[in-house]
Amino acid sequence: MTAEATTRMVGRALKRREDPQLITGHGNFLDDVKLNGMTHAAVLRSPYAHARIRSINTSKAKALPGVVAVYVGTDMTDVNPLPCAWPAGGFKNNLNTPRAIAVDVVRFAGEAVAVVIAEDRYIARDALDLIDVDYEPLAVVVDPEKATHPGAPQLHENAPNNIVVEWNAGNRDSTNAAVANAQVVVKERIVNQRLMPTPMETRGSIASYESSTGEFTLWSSSQAPHVHRLLLTAFVFGIPETKLRVIAPNVGGGFGQKIFVYQDMVFCMWAARKLGRPVKFVEDRSENFKSSSHGRDHVTDVEICGTRDGRVTGLRIKTYAGLGAYLSTIAPGVATTLYGRIVTGVYKIPNVSIDVIATYTNTAMVDAYRGAGRPEASYLIERMMDRWAAELGMDPAEVRRINFIQPHEFPYNNGLGLLPYDSGNYAPALDKALATIGYADMRREQAELRKQGRYLGIGISSYVEICGVAPTAWANGQGWGAGLWESANVRIHLTGQVVVTTGSLPHGQGVETTFAQIVADELGVPYDNVLIEHSDTAGTPFGYGTYGSRSLAVGGTAMVKSVQKIKEKAKRLAAHLLEANPDDMVFADGKVHVKGSPDKSKTFGEIALYASVGASMPNGEEPFLDETTYYDPPNCTFPFGTHICIVEVTPETGAIELKRYVGVDDVGNIINPLIVHGQLHGGIAQGIAQALFEQAVYDDNGQLLSGTLMDYAVPTAAMLPNYEIDHTVTPSPVNPLGVKGAGEAGTIGSAQCVMNAIIDALSPFGVQHMQMPATPERVWKAMHAHK
Amino acid sequence: MIPAAFQYVKANSVAEALVLLQQHGEDAKLVAGGHSLLPAMKLRLSQPTVLIDIAAANDLKGIAVNGNTLSIGAGETYHAIASSAAVKRTCAIVADCVGQIGDIQVRNAGTIGGALAHADPAADLTAVFLALGGSVSVASASGTRQIAADDMFVAMLTTALDSGEIITTVHVPVIGAGQGASYAKLKHPASRYAIVGVAAMVSMSGGKITSARVAVTGAGPQAVRQTATEQALIGTDGGDAASKAAASKAGDDMDYLGDIHASEEYRRAMVKVYAARAISAAVAQARG
Repeated sequence: MTAEATTRMVGRALKRREDPQLITGHGNFLDDVKLNGMTHAAVLRSPYAHARIRSINTSKAKALPGVVAVYVGTDMTDVNPLPCAWPAGGFKNNLNTPRAIAVDVVRFAGEAVAVVIAEDRYIARDALDLIDVDYEPLAVVVDPEKATHPGAPQLHENAPNNIVVEWNAGNRDSTNAAVANAQVVVKERIVNQRLMPTPMETRGSIASYESSTGEFTLWSSSQAPHVHRLLLTAFVFGIPETKLRVIAPNVGGGFGQKIFVYQDMVFCMWAARKLGRPVKFVEDRSENFKSSSHGRDHVTDVEICGTRDGRVTGLRIKTYAGLGAYLSTIAPGVATTLYGRIVTGVYKIPNVSIDVIATYTNTAMVDAYRGAGRPEASYLIERMMDRWAAELGMDPAEVRRINFIQPHEFPYNNGLGLLPYDSGNYAPALDKALATIGYADMRREQAELRKQGRYLGIGISSYVEICGVAPTAWANGQGWGAGLWESANVRIHLTGQVVVTTGSLPHGQGVETTFAQIVADELGVPYDNVLIEHSDTAGTPFGYGTYGSRSLAVGGTAMVKSVQKIKEKAKRLAAHLLEANPDDMVFADGKVHVKGSPDKSKTFGEIALYASVGASMPNGEEPFLDETTYYDPPNCTFPFGTHICIVEVTPETGAIELKRYVGVDDVGNIINPLIVHGQLHGGIAQGIAQALFEQAVYDDNGQLLSGTLMDYAVPTAAMLPNYEIDHTVTPSPVNPLGVKGAGEAGTIGSAQCVMNAIIDALSPFGVQHMQMPATPERVWKAMHAHK
Repeated sequence: MIPAAFQYVKANSVAEALVLLQQHGEDAKLVAGGHSLLPAMKLRLSQPTVLIDIAAANDLKGIAVNGNTLSIGAGETYHAIASSAAVKRTCAIVADCVGQIGDIQVRNAGTIGGALAHADPAADLTAVFLALGGSVSVASASGTRQIAADDMFVAMLTTALDSGEIITTVHVPVIGAGQGASYAKLKHPASRYAIVGVAAMVSMSGGKITSARVAVTGAGPQAVRQTATEQALIGTDGGDAASKAAASKAGDDMDYLGDIHASEEYRRAMVKVYAARAISAAVAQARG
């Protein structure tokens, strides 16, 4: 076999190798999985947001032909409630997580009350109508702040005033003093509304059980199969981890919602064991909206203060964070560490204090949703920088510039308990965005158009975020209950084919493509010779999964380190074959040669064949090229950038036109620009969606008013602008790839960009702030209220 | 999202459908595009035991111009209507209106007869049909009859159709010289239904409006004519001032709905804004 000369793959805008299968309808999603003897589950969900279950009568449902079994909460008390893996901030016996099926009390509309197992999905659904439940309705609270008020309905006896945790960061005393003594103080109440992640493929579970071995298999639309395996065995079922195999088939979007363990995983496994037959449950859209995790839901009072020349000297924040009726898998950490420790954003603010009061409310559980805490932080500080600029009559770009952390100050400690920001250079990204949009010209045009009664707005957002959260020891100090390293095994088969198995997995991120690009360059092998395997606990080393923009920075680095070990061994073997000194060997262009003698060489293919056969290995060397790495990074990475957009609002209707959107994002080194741009486009779309369209709304009775896609406005491509994306590149010193992460940056940078533009457009009407989403009605009312 | 059990039967003609309707009585529902009925069935808000599919009935197809009338088979899809040269030439407002309904998938399945028979409060076609002063031909076991647009919509989701009747053809006037008709719509961001939709038709002679019909959909429980606005337009030149003055009378005397996207207050204001837009566009067309 000869080594083929390969051109460099890293940096090329390759189309994703995942896509041909997916876009031609050959994907294999959860609902495509069918097993022999499979039964189908349907869930009876509580119509009440808070009620005591007086009695449940399932006899009529059980009698329906085709019904295999009907289970209620008390049937499944032999297994534990779901675990919370990130009890951040310290808990005093008030950690409440859900059972597979509610026992005695339901605490949100949509909570499971009974599960029917039937021969097909239609019968299972029909049987739900035959179950009689006698409820005693209880008082309801849905607002995260009102939940703490005296006399508010109480969800859990062990959580007085519905408080999950009271958490703080920064320096309260110095901040109080800064606010008290400041020349200028600006105060605002800012709501970050509840959102529903809405992956195109809803969630679900298929469980099977082999009684002869006591082994379960769970197919789940999952972002973290190994974590699900760990939590379900060790924490819920109390069985050896080896008795469960978790497989994630193709995953049709996750946005965080598929990181967590859910009730359906438990009742499908429990029923499969009980019945000796596989059990399948796939949510419909309404169920996904009612009972899978939501995001955001913050109510914040914030004060920013400083000097008249624009310097910010203090930031004081109090946030009520609604976490829903129970704690989802990592919810407390999202509302505290991932939010509160980055609220100063890209600015050097000497005095900062943040209090977070996380609360239980009669709503679906809230957990990580694309960005997870950082969009809330970024929205808060960037809205306040605009308020600050407006108060001082200064240009918002200038106010940002004079408060930026400076390049020489990295690594930068923001005083909020993070490890230092790894690297950054914020002004060039701002400058590039200003130049692309033509900022000075746009300001002139804005002034001209105002004279004609047309209202243009220019919005700026400079953001920084946290990716690849690590190291494990630091995360453990934040209450994180497990590791945050990632694994990768690299094997070179006899034919020279490279097989990588990783704990990371793609559900839109293109991991199969980018990982193969990196390996092809490192080993000098053809890109098509590299296979990336993932998503099955039976075939991959333990890993923590895909979320928090960690796949490349953490998982990719694990892979590179394994490749480096492979190269070292290849050099030793080549030295043996060439009778040379291992220290004199050079690995380049898919060959190993003796330094200074390029013709004295072995191709990587020859070495792979030699190692795989293993007939005459040098002393102490094992056959085969096979290396595994468990990589725990020394720090997080901190991508950043500046987004600027232009909007025009129409006074007579409040209609908002998003005319231009410029994003300059620094995600460190870029492996595949096409994939990075795709991630940024999708991320920005979700931020724009929060600014303009999406809101999960509960009424005072805890009924979800936005419970269908007829009510919850997920934008289509036709509702979104053309994105003008550019980059600066500041490599991360944290990992050898120099990458930072791109999966969430777009979302984290965008919502406030749009809101700042709208509020800028409305400034002639005296508007200083507006809550999201900026619906035409809200804009219209704001314009007419100030006339 | 799993419907209750039902029987499915296919009717290849109106006659077959009428026999099946008689046979199955009140438990049967007609289905063509199914984009209103099937979602209701999946939520079990509607549980018919028999679905009679008339989508393939050939005698519900066809688009024809006869003199001053454009006749569209009730089974024609939105897409077929939006792309019909005859419709665009003779009554462009209809093509324009149905081209804005839902998305491509909806337009490929949904039918004009289905939309009018269902009478969704936020449907687009109901206002256009009212403003045009159209009519429907209706068949039942006992014969056929015509229902005028003004008699069609009785209440929310309720029309003048009897349970055994099928709309066979929808008739609207050909928009002639000196006439104009336009539909202006504020789209719901999630459903694409009308939050407010206003259709206006005007006839002009000697620079003055001689007749006007204006109807509103989306804002309230059913599509309704705006007679105060119509009266205010007649005799004017239809210019900006006259259109705005007439539009300001729209929506004062009607019931409203509100939801999380648009309150009653906002819908009230938008009825006037969109009425002015529809009237202006109709007048511009009438002036040529």
